Amino acid sequence: MTASEQYTAAAYLVVFVAVLAYVVIIASKLQRLQRDVARLVELAKEKLGDG
Amino acid sequence: MGGVRVRRGGSLTPQDYDAAVRSPSLPALAVLTTGLLGLGTALAFFYAPTDSDQGLSQRIFYFHVPLALTSYVCFGWGAWKALRYLRTRDERADLEGYVAVHQGVIFGALTLLTGSIWAKISWGVWWSWNEDQLVLFLVLFLFYCAYFMLRYSVEPGPARANMCAVYALFGVVLIPVSFLAIRLSKRFIHPVVFTSHGPQMTHAQFLTFCVCLAAMIALFATLYSVELAGKRLDRSLRELRELLA
Repeated sequence: MTASEQYTAAAYLVVFVAVLAYVVIIASKLQRLQRDVARLVELAKEKLGDG
Repeated sequence: MGGVRVRRGGSLTPQDYDAAVRSPSLPALAVLTTGLLGLGTALAFFYAPTDSDQGLSQRIFYFHVPLALTSYVCFGWGAWKALRYLRTRDERADLEGYVAVHQGVIFGALTLLTGSIWAKISWGVWWSWNEDQLVLFLVLFLFYCAYFMLRYSVEPGPARANMCAVYALFGVVLIPVSFLAIRLSKRFIHPVVFTSHGPQMTHAQFLTFCVCLAAMIALFATLYSVELAGKRLDRSLRELRELLA
């Protein structure tokens, strides 16, 4: 692989890795939101049970 | 990027959140983005002719320039939302403006990274401080990076939204300056592709560029929608937590 090919591949890889990283961040955030929802459901059940 | 209805006082209804998060247009947009990115990459490597001067490295152009133009679109969209916030005081516009600026900074960082790699292979240096185009883009990028410092140093509320909106509007002035810098500069090695005589490239190269630009704008639209849906969901959960506490 020539230097030109390596740099060109690196430039394209940077973009794809960034998009992939973004998807990973969003996925981890989604997991956190799912945990929050589960916790709130438990809390709501407790409140309704108390009432 | 469809909006959701808002109650008086800025509180969103559960139906509004549901509509925003489970919008049927988002999966379609994601599929379109993936298709365009794949097509753009394929065209860049297998359809567009190899540049006689720069060789293979010229293919970085097909991602680098659309990334830069998309970052301008993001900042412009953020400024539009800022203006809308200042006119209507609608909380949604503040959040949408913030997400647009965030996306602009991501696209801006990718522009600088891909540009730096291209500069290394073409000019032999990672960065050139003598290039007005590069320095002005860096100034624009750092200006919008500072937006987050401002946003997170002020308590959430109307005062923060006002400050952020005004800041985002000031930043948009830098976009035409950055865009025109290459044309105003007398000493440059940064290539000028789009001149008053039209694009200085073959039809195949221009078609590839247009597909890549559409792919980047679609990528922005997708990431913007996903991030906005996440932020709205986060906000609704916070409200729910407060109600249940």
